Order: sequence, then C-alpha cells, then structure tokens
Amino acid sequence: MYIQTYLTKTPYQSQHWRVDMDENNIAWVTIDVVGSSANILSGDVLEELAKLLPSLVAAKPAGAVFRSGKKSGFIAGADIKEFTQFKTVAQARDRIRKVRPIFMGIEELDFPTVAQISGFCLGGGLELALCCDYRVAEDLPATKLGLPEVKLGIHPGFGGTVRLPRLVGELTALDMILTGKSLSAKKAKKIGLVDWVVPARHLSRTVTALIDKHPTPRKSKAIQRLAAAPFIRSSVAYFLRKKLEKKAPKAQYPAPHAVIDLWQDREFIETWEQYDQEIDSIANLFVGSTAQNLISLFLQGERMKELGKGGKVKPQRLHVVGAGVMGGDIAAWCAFNGMTVTLQDTNQTMIANTLQRALKLFKIKTRDRHIIQAAMDRLIPDIAGYGVKKADVVLEAIFENLEAKQKLLAAMEPQLKPGAILATNTSSIRLEDIAKSLKNPDKFVGIHFFNPVSRMPLVEVVVGEKTSQETIKAGCNFTTAIRRSPLPVKSGPGFLINRILMPYLFEGIQLVAEGASPEAVDNAAKEFGMPMGPITLVDVVGLDICLSVAKILDTSGKHVVPPLLQHLVDRHHLGKKTGQGFYRYVKGKQGKSITNSHGNLPNDGSLRMFAALVNETVACFSDGVVDDIDLLDTGVVFGTGFAPFRGGPMHYIAKEGVDTWITKLEALQQTHGERFTPHPGWKILDFSAVNFVEERDHEKTDFRHNTPMARKHFMRPVPGTH
Amino acid sequence: MNIINKNTKAKDSPVYVVDGCRTPFLTTRGQANPFSAADLAVAAGRPLLLRQPFAADEIEEVILGCVIPAPDEVNIARVASLRLGCNIKTPAWTVQRNCASGMQALDTAVRNIQGGHSGLILAGGVEAMSRAPLQWRPKLVEWMSGWLKARSLKAKLQSLASLSIKELRPVITLLKGLTDPSTGLSMGQTAEELAYEFAIDRHAMDQFALASQNRLEKAQKDGLFNEEITPLFSHDGAVIKDDQGLHPGSNIKKLSKLKPVFDRPTGLVTAGNSAQITDGACWLLLADEATVKRLNLKPLGKITPASWAGLNPAQMGLGPVHAIDSLLKEYKTPFDSVDYWEINEAFAAQVIACTHAMDNPEYCKHELDKKDKPWGRIAPDRLNVDGGAISIGHPVSASGARIVLHLLHLLKRTKTKRGVAAICIGGGQGGAMLAEAV
Repeated sequence: MYIQTYLTKTPYQSQHWRVDMDENNIAWVTIDVVGSSANILSGDVLEELAKLLPSLVAAKPAGAVFRSGKKSGFIAGADIKEFTQFKTVAQARDRIRKVRPIFMGIEELDFPTVAQISGFCLGGGLELALCCDYRVAEDLPATKLGLPEVKLGIHPGFGGTVRLPRLVGELTALDMILTGKSLSAKKAKKIGLVDWVVPARHLSRTVTALIDKHPTPRKSKAIQRLAAAPFIRSSVAYFLRKKLEKKAPKAQYPAPHAVIDLWQDREFIETWEQYDQEIDSIANLFVGSTAQNLISLFLQGERMKELGKGGKVKPQRLHVVGAGVMGGDIAAWCAFNGMTVTLQDTNQTMIANTLQRALKLFKIKTRDRHIIQAAMDRLIPDIAGYGVKKADVVLEAIFENLEAKQKLLAAMEPQLKPGAILATNTSSIRLEDIAKSLKNPDKFVGIHFFNPVSRMPLVEVVVGEKTSQETIKAGCNFTTAIRRSPLPVKSGPGFLINRILMPYLFEGIQLVAEGASPEAVDNAAKEFGMPMGPITLVDVVGLDICLSVAKILDTSGKHVVPPLLQHLVDRHHLGKKTGQGFYRYVKGKQGKSITNSHGNLPNDGSLRMFAALVNETVACFSDGVVDDIDLLDTGVVFGTGFAPFRGGPMHYIAKEGVDTWITKLEALQQTHGERFTPHPGWKILDFSAVNFVEERDHEKTDFRHNTPMARKHFMRPVPGTH
Repeated sequence: MNIINKNTKAKDSPVYVVDGCRTPFLTTRGQANPFSAADLAVAAGRPLLLRQPFAADEIEEVILGCVIPAPDEVNIARVASLRLGCNIKTPAWTVQRNCASGMQALDTAVRNIQGGHSGLILAGGVEAMSRAPLQWRPKLVEWMSGWLKARSLKAKLQSLASLSIKELRPVITLLKGLTDPSTGLSMGQTAEELAYEFAIDRHAMDQFALASQNRLEKAQKDGLFNEEITPLFSHDGAVIKDDQGLHPGSNIKKLSKLKPVFDRPTGLVTAGNSAQITDGACWLLLADEATVKRLNLKPLGKITPASWAGLNPAQMGLGPVHAIDSLLKEYKTPFDSVDYWEINEAFAAQVIACTHAMDNPEYCKHELDKKDKPWGRIAPDRLNVDGGAISIGHPVSASGARIVLHLLHLLKRTKTKRGVAAICIGGGQGGAMLAEAV
C-alpha cells in the first residue's frame, strides 16, 4: 500500500500493542511484538493485552478489529520457551489461568469484534481469534489456521477445546485438535472457522462491513452437535479412543487422549468449569516427559533451522549432477522450493524420468497449476552441464564410486563462480578421500539427503577436515532455504544417521536369523515408538544398499554383517524393489514374511536392538560426529523417526540413567558377544549431571515420572572429543 | 527539446547473432502434442540462456513470432519471457506475419538494435499447430444464446428442435489459417497453381521431396544439428532428440503412390511433397557490437534486416523470389557471391518454381523489373543442403527463425561467407534475409 488509511487517534499504545481509531469509529487493535519476527503470545504480551482492554472499552468504538502489524502472519501461538520453565503442575496451572479472564473479556465485549487474519494463525493465536465475533482471512497460500498443540504433547489451553467445537461442530473440531493439522483459508471457510476469505485489497472493507451490519455470529449447526448428544457422546469417544490408540498410544502420547477425556466429561458442566478442566489437563501434560521431549525437539528443530539463517548470499541456483532417484528427487524438491535447478546427466532418459516424478510430486503438493508450471520451468535439463558456472551450490549425486566422484568434482571445480560451494551427496565415502582431487577442499562439503527427499526433514551437512566455516554456513543456508533442517556432522563412515541405524538394523536381522519372525521384530520396534520396524526398513531401503553401507562401516570389524543379509542379497532378494526381501511384496504392498512367521522374539530382543542403537549413539558423540547432544537427539529423531516422545536417544539414555545402561550392555556383552561392549564414550558422559537433575526434579515436582533434563549440564563440552 | 534519440546508430551498423537454439520439430499424427506453444518456447529458450555467459537480466527485449497461440497465451512473447526468468522490467511482444512471423521477429529485432533501442534481444518464432483450436460455428453460438434465454420447458424444446445437427460440426481453425482469405485457395492449391505456371511435373516434385528427406537423414546421422537443437523432455518421461518429420527409407516409389491432397483427382501436390504440419520453437540471441564487446561474446554471424515483398496471393509461393530480388538489390549483393540458400520448403512445387523464376528471363523482366538478365540458377547443392520443411517440418512461425539459424551454422561449418534465407508467406508475400559469417 502506498497510501495508508486515515486513522484519527490512538487511545492506547504499549510495547507490543496499539489501538487506533478510524473515521468510522472502528478500533484497530494491532499486535506487533517487539524483537520477534513473528507475533507470539508471551507472558508480557498477554499482560499488555489485559491492560489494553479497559482503554478499548472506554473508547466506545463501533467495533474492534484484531490484526497483526507483521507481514509474517497473525499470531504464531503461545511462547513455547516459557513452557519449558514450568517445573510443577501448579506453576503451569497458575500461569495459564491468568489468560482465561483476558480472553473471556474479549469474548464479552459489547461491540462487534473481528479477527483479521493474514498468514499463520496458530495455537493461542487461533484461540484468540475464536474469542472474536467474526474472523476474516486473507486469501494467501501462507494463511494457515490450526491448533497444533498435540504435536508438542499438549493441547489448547486458552479455551480452544471449548470454543472450537461450538463454532465448527464437534467432530470437525476434534479432528483439528487431535491431528494438529492446519487449514488453508479456503478450507477454513468451508468448515465455518472463518466468515470470509478475501484478498488483501478487500480485507478492510470486509471487516468494516461486518462491524457495520453485525450479523448474528456463526455457530455450529444442530447436526454438527449431534456427536455430543446424550448417549452418543460416550460411544463417539470410545471409537475415537480406539482409533487413536493405534496411531498414538496413550502411554506414549497422552495429549490427544486427554482431549477426548475432556470432551467426553464435559456433558453436564458449566462453561467456566470446562475452561478450568482444560487448564488442569494441560498443566498435567506440561510437566510430563512426552511434552517436555516434544517441546524440546521443536525448539531444537527451530535452532537447527537457525543454523541456516543470516548467510551472506541467499542461494538461488543449484546444479545437480546425477539424475538417479536421489539426485533427481533433490533437484525436484529444490525446484519446488524456489531454486533454479539445472540437472545434469549423461543419460537423458534419467532426466526425463526425473521430470515425470517431479510433476507427480508437485501435483500432490499443490493444485495451483501456475505454481506447478513455475516449478517445472525452474527444473532445467542440462546435459552439457552449463549450469555449473551459474550455480551457488553444485551438488554431485552420482553413483558411489570414489574415483568417479573425484574426477567429476575436479573437472567442475575450476568452473565454479566466486562464492559458490561444491557439495557431494555421498552417503558413505569419506569427504577427505573425495577432496584429494580438489584444489580448494575448503569449499567442499557434504550435503546428505535421505530418501524420500520430499518427506525426510533432515539433511546432514558433512564437514570434512578442510571444510571451512564459511562453506559449512553456506551448506546450512542452502538446506534451510529449501525448507530442510541442517545438521552439521563430522565426516566419517556413515556420518551420523546411517552409522546409528546400521547396528540396530543388523541386530534386527540377527534376531530373525536366530528364529524370530520379521513381524515380531518389527512389532517390538513399533511398540518402542519407531515409525517402521527395522526389517521393513531394510526391505524399503534395499538389502543391497544396506549391505554396501555395512561393508563401508565395517572397517573396524566390530559390526559383523549378518550372514542372512548376504545370503538374501546373493539370491537377489533385495527388498521391496524386487518384490521380495524379508517380506513378500505384491504391487508394492507388504505381504507375509518369507521366514517362519510364528517365531517369537526372545525376551531381550527389543533391548538388544535399542542397546545397539544407543551404544552407537554414544560412540558417535564420543567421536565428535555431533558434539551437541540436543542437536544429535533432534537429528536422530528427524533422520530416523526415533520415537519422538522419548526425545531422542540421549534423552532416552538419560531417563534410564547412564549406569543402568552400562550394566545392561555389559550383561548383553556376556551373553551375545563383543558387539555390545560399552563404548569407552560412556565413561566420559557426565553421569553426575544426569543424577543431579533426577534428584532435584524429584524434590520439586509432584509427578514422579517427569524428568525435564538439565540440558545445560548435558551440553558441557566433553574433553577429547573435538 | 531534442527529440532525436542519441543512441541512433547507422542503418547498416552490424547486428550479431550470438547464439540460437530450437526444439526438435514434432509431427502431429492427428493428436495434440503434450507441449503448448509457450512450453516449446520455454524448452528452446532455457538451454539457450543457460549456456550464455550472461544472466537473463541482460536481455533488453523479447520478440516472438506466433500465429496461433493458445487462448491463455495472449502476447505469448511475454508469457515465454517471464517463464524463462527474464527480468519483469524487460518488454516482450508478439509479432505476426503469418508464415514469416519468426523472420519478422528477427527483422524487428535487427531494426530495433540498429535503431539504438536495444542492445541485446531474444527473438524467434514458435508454433504448436497440433494445438490449433476447434471452433463453434457462429450459428451454433447464436443458437446457444437462444437456448440460455429459453426458460420454460416448451421454449427449451422449441429451441432444441431448431438446432441443426450440421451446426454441431466444429470449425477446424488450422484449415482456415491455411486458406488464403482473399482468393479462397488453400495453400496447397497455390502450389498447384505454380506447378501449372512453370510446368513442374509430379516426378520433379517427388524427387525434390525425396532429396529433402535424404539430406535430413544424412544431416541427422552426421550430427549436424547438435549445436542447433536441444532435446525436448516431455513430462511423461519421454525424450525427443530429433526432428520427427524424417521418414527413413523413403523412396520415389512410395512417394509416387501418394494421392493428391488439395486438388483431387488430378492434382500433383501430395502429403509427401508438402511441408509437414508440426510443432516447434526457435530462438536467436541478437546483439549490437557494443554488447558483444562488453559481454565478451563470440557471435555466430551477422544478419541484415529482412526485405519484404508482396505479390499475387494466388502465387504466394513465389514470395521468396520477390523478396530475394529486393534484398540483393538493396545490399548490392552479387547473385554469385551467395554461398548457400535456404528457401523454406512449403511445397516442393513452390521451391522448384522459385528456382525457375529466378532463372527465367521473362519472369525477371516482367515481375521483378530486372531487364538486363535473369538472376540466375540456384545450384541444387547450394539450396537447403541439410533438408527443409518437407522433411524437417514447418511449424509456421518457427520456420523463418530456423532457416536463419541453420544457415549461420552452415556458413560456419563450411567456412563460407554469405547466405540468403527466404520464406514464402500465405496471403501473397515473401521475406528474405542476408546472413554472413564473422
């Protein structure tokens, strides 16, 4: 806008809020949180809101509009960092209770109120919008409305579980709250969450017209309230719980179950009491380990993204060599996320196949044909490799062969433009070996994606001995620019993720070799909280690939490659891609396992798999592959899907205690051999810090099992690992 | 106020062709190809811009010739320009002179560079003939407005009864476009006309067509188009590397069996000795001397503005003769100094007629006002030496740009100096351009 609307006076102004009156006597309440790129409802922002309300009432406006002063969006939610401060249920309860009168105050204003929503409107932000009489959303791809709290192990606490069902109906609201999914502006209009969806140019006129005409605010229809009718309510709750238990067991993810409990129990209860119950429930969740772990993962994930922000130049052009599954999918993903991508391969059919896959992916991601066309136009076949000279990042994704990679990279190196970096997507070859052919190994970095690229949020930024800080930063910048999370890892066989996964997968295979059925092994892992069992994972990745990675990792000779794996590869049973691995596959669907499907898992089966995993995690930490425990944990969760509610392998170790683990490993070593010998790194892990936290925690909280970890102690540099 | 543009350059200041690129030309085989005209323009333009040492931002103007853009490709030059990543501030416009739209784009670009308006222009032509739309007949449109107004059941039934089945047949706009609007002759019929005037028999036509096929086959085998063509990647996973109009193993016997298409049953012009209906795009990058130096470019050659000429629409195929006549006169170029000729092969009869007319004292005297002696005979081994539109295809607007681009590559390859590219234009015109090696 070149010319701003005329505002007559400003009856209230504080650090984060201001109220302006316009010539129609409409109050424009603007939130613009100081020192933050997004509006967040932190304690002092909410306190100011409480102070603002009397001035707003005193101004006697014809109506009030709540809007954001930021381009990034409306309100992103409550301040999650504050959540981590709660040590006791009482603390959490007191803090959230303070918000209730403020929000009820907005709800009870005796003039029409509108929330004008552009961009994200999430969590507490949506709960605030729910207190207004009307909601108007800007028709933007960035406009997202949702209550994502369950993803953090909690649920809405500012009245969202009470107000949302009243507006959009019981089942629609429960679906939104239980899944935590956010809706586009159009979808929100469809379910009645917003009254109007208009482009920016119509926002203020729509808002003004709503205040002027003040129609009866929307409410859910009778049929939408049917699920809450007497007798029906309890059976709906029963079915919802049953469905939920399969996806998110109560013991692991209590929050969504608490939402159903709240909903079921509120049948004959006054509204104010419903708010109270919601607060009590969320306060209990806050101090639980699931919420603490999920919140920690979220914050660490944000920290990871920050690693890729604030670079000198924004990377805009990527050149990929190798249009195989990985190279092609990386190229497609990057093109979709705004990069101009040149894709080089001597085999033109491979490039054509990539384009075909890319179009399929883009069509899943969006229905807007203009966005699809623009992304396809940015994905440029480049047989001759002209793109090298123009790219900010040149990424090699050819087959895993040291000499071929050395030759290719050495040929491209002199063509790079100033400031560009050279990268490899190798999953197993040491960076230092590849870099031998390069004149400027400081500009060389590993950028290691996981398959499938469009679904795996983690990218390992592999740091070779000579990789410069600038290049690492550029690698992280690139990763963040394409909406992936960068995890800097030290170069070494398997880097972090593959190295940690491999002993766990082998142990799974070993269990099968010993007579356990693949189903039993997979189920044990799933019960632990893994998204997919190890045997199925091996089938999906491909047995041949696992075997080749295994051989590269097996330089120490410690992890013996299971003979069963070699045996199956020899018989060309390579997994899902060949229709048979440990399981049979019909049209890509998993059938029965090839071995005796009744074999039981030994009692220590699950322990053996995860003992192998945590032992390798400690080895990685000790070797300095990643020297930040929080980033390591977050990386493993993002990269392997490791049970998120456990917060990552290090959090998991800490919860059970280092000593306990060493004892367990030693016992396993006795019965099953050297592969369980506790890594020397266990001894360097700071046990005292962990014990110290447990003890203090125990004193101050009223929940025995909640153990928020003192990460500061944990992050203490460990001698000899840098 | 000084209104004289200080940038104005001399009329004959050199204009360089920096580089050029085209798609393979795709035959239609009765159904629409998977590429729209803009898709083709983007596919040809992306590798061209990619291999330049400068960024797309440097381009100061985009000019594209196109006769039948899709309805959602209004001002297709702008659509292509933005999709290619040219600067939003770079003006882009579409030109149309029927079959010579691609040459028109080059002509305009040359003139704008010589006029000092632009230093670096992306110009070319594109056509997706397989996507030419079908239209409703005006009577059907009229009926539909009546149908929409009919409210009651009775009125609806009455309206329905008034509809004639015949009106449901769509108008094939491609055929309309290939019919001369002033005489009603189809393009093929104008070729029949020339065959009659110059006594060209069926055998000569088929021989010419066969030569076109054979020359293309050899050129493809020798990889002569490698620098000119970029492979097309279709989104269903297919790669198209070469012009699809080639019929390997053509022979005179097969060609002579084909039935006449335009004048049945005694006509001579067949599908085999006519240009094929095809889809394709071709771009050239044109620059002035200062830009060539500033960006350190290595030009392919130089071109002049086009010379244009009009003639009897019923003999539109002789357009090249008239255009070449004024071109050679304007640039005082001796006929014998021309090393290679590219005369677009709309029809075998039409190109043969052109060579006859150039060499015919009567025609030169009366029609070209060249009284001393005829221009001369264009040697067959100097004309369309790597095949022409009969084999390669004739995506209307792209052809004018293609023959210029190919001529420049040919001069470079044979280390010769000068060539002429000429094209006939439906409606009774011709265009010709002089190309020189640097």
